[in-house]
Amino acid sequence: MSPSNATALLVWILALAATPLLGDNYVVKIATFVAFYAALALSWNFIGGMAGYPSFATAAFVGLGSYAGALVQNAGAPLAVGWLAGALASGLAAVALGAVVLRLRGHYFAIGSIALVEVLSLTASWWSGLTGGGEGLNVAFLPGGPDTIARVFLYVMLAIAILALGTTVVVMRGRLGFALRCISQNEDAAEMVGIPTTRCKIIAFVLSAIPCGAAGAAYASWVAYIAPADAFSILLTVKVPVMVMLGGAGTLIGPVLGATALVLLEETVWARFLDLHQAILGGVIVALIFFLPGGLVGLARRGRST
Amino acid sequence: MDAALLVQVVLNGILLGALYACIAAGFSLVWGVLNVINMLHGSLIILAGYLACSLWTEWQVHPLAAMLPVGLLLFLAGTALQVLLINRVVDRPVLTTLTLTFGLDMVLYNAMNAAFEATPRRVTLELGRLTLGEVVLPWDRIVAMLLALALTGLLYGVLRASRLGRAIVAVRMDREAASLMGIRVARIYALTFGLGAFMAGVCGALLAVVYPITTNATGQLLGKAFIVCVVGGLGTVPGALAGGLALGVTESLGGHFLGPQAAALLGFGLMLVLLVVRPTGLLGRKGYE
Repeated sequence: MSPSNATALLVWILALAATPLLGDNYVVKIATFVAFYAALALSWNFIGGMAGYPSFATAAFVGLGSYAGALVQNAGAPLAVGWLAGALASGLAAVALGAVVLRLRGHYFAIGSIALVEVLSLTASWWSGLTGGGEGLNVAFLPGGPDTIARVFLYVMLAIAILALGTTVVVMRGRLGFALRCISQNEDAAEMVGIPTTRCKIIAFVLSAIPCGAAGAAYASWVAYIAPADAFSILLTVKVPVMVMLGGAGTLIGPVLGATALVLLEETVWARFLDLHQAILGGVIVALIFFLPGGLVGLARRGRST
Repeated sequence: MDAALLVQVVLNGILLGALYACIAAGFSLVWGVLNVINMLHGSLIILAGYLACSLWTEWQVHPLAAMLPVGLLLFLAGTALQVLLINRVVDRPVLTTLTLTFGLDMVLYNAMNAAFEATPRRVTLELGRLTLGEVVLPWDRIVAMLLALALTGLLYGVLRASRLGRAIVAVRMDREAASLMGIRVARIYALTFGLGAFMAGVCGALLAVVYPITTNATGQLLGKAFIVCVVGGLGTVPGALAGGLALGVTESLGGHFLGPQAAALLGFGLMLVLLVVRPTGLLGRKGYE
């Protein structure tokens, strides 16, 4: 990690952590969303950025985590246990599902990962005895006033994002990060030189699932209500890779930058145009692909080298 | 269980399956030839459905008469979209092309919600029904099925027999070799995407006769196209037909015995199993990825 990256990330963490002192609950809410999406983007980066597997399974893990957390919490367990249960459920699911879908490559993997979201969403609607079906599931509100609740969830989301960030640093420096980059460049060659590609891909998939599960569980107890369509949202599953591409895929700072930029853009610009929300986001995606193929990080690099 | 009921359920599945085949044929063609997962496909179908409904309510144009003009309009729009945008990134990884078409889909979806109300609408043709003993089939669905089969057959004929079709198949099999034989690949890509949009257009007009048209259905239609493509095998019309009928009958049986939500789950389950066990599909041959 370069000193400038470390400084930037430290400033980012401190700025988010300081929002309760600087602004009202609306500002804290935005900061919480920034941390939430940064955690998701960082976790997607393991499989999508480093290993180069076009995963659209983010919402599957977020949804699974939110249901697992909500069910454990409703069974009477403390909040933190619910969040851990969310992380655990998504991690275990990633081992099982990864063993299946990671055998696919390219387009088939992309379709398979979207299918995971659909299958889990349909299961949640169908299994109404457990999940409340299409009517959704209520989760107990946290005791304390709105100020306390806003702060608790800001720090929880920020902690998850920091853990994902720490994991990214460790992975990028270690053998796993090297192996994943090899897989992304040429999987057959990586296998030939002795990299255990299947194991590495499954580890990356699990790493990409655990923070999603924890963040999903925390989100469920934050909004106190979950339903299949919100928990397993196709929009979310595409938005997270878009954030990483906006920042710069495969880098440390890219996912954080992309998530922050998109959430701020969402709040400041097109919250005013509610009817055109989707179209504007779609336009941003199209513009991103044509004008910013390396993301913001790539733009900065290009600027430096010329 | 009652044999007549079983026949009824299977026949319902076949009626549905023919529509699925038609929905998936264009999507499968684009994926197979361009290697692009066209996330717009569901919205294009619904757009055509809205156009057919509007022509019916505003000017009493029969949807079956509107089918070809609407299809041609979508052909032009699809070709233009490919030339202007998608051709520029067609060689990039799936993450880029899929995200781009998803972004375009969001724009179209939003535009349709703004232009047409989200209230479901459909064209009701009082055609009565066909009664064969205890089995009852509505005529509008039978007509839709026959037309869906005819259109899918037409696409097959175009790919088999026309100059354009042979060029498309050549590009699908080996792009470099096709290019060396003098085929202009970029132009074939544009026409293929246009053909995919044409199929979406005619399907949309057909759907308007049998199902309510609403933007809420775009994701479902796209999901059906995914499943049919994976189940039947990529890039071939017979594959789309086999996959469509397999999905239609599975859903109909599943819906009857296990309930409608289980039917949708069954479709995706079938797809995941086939993805892993036989990624080339039921009729697929190895060779084109």
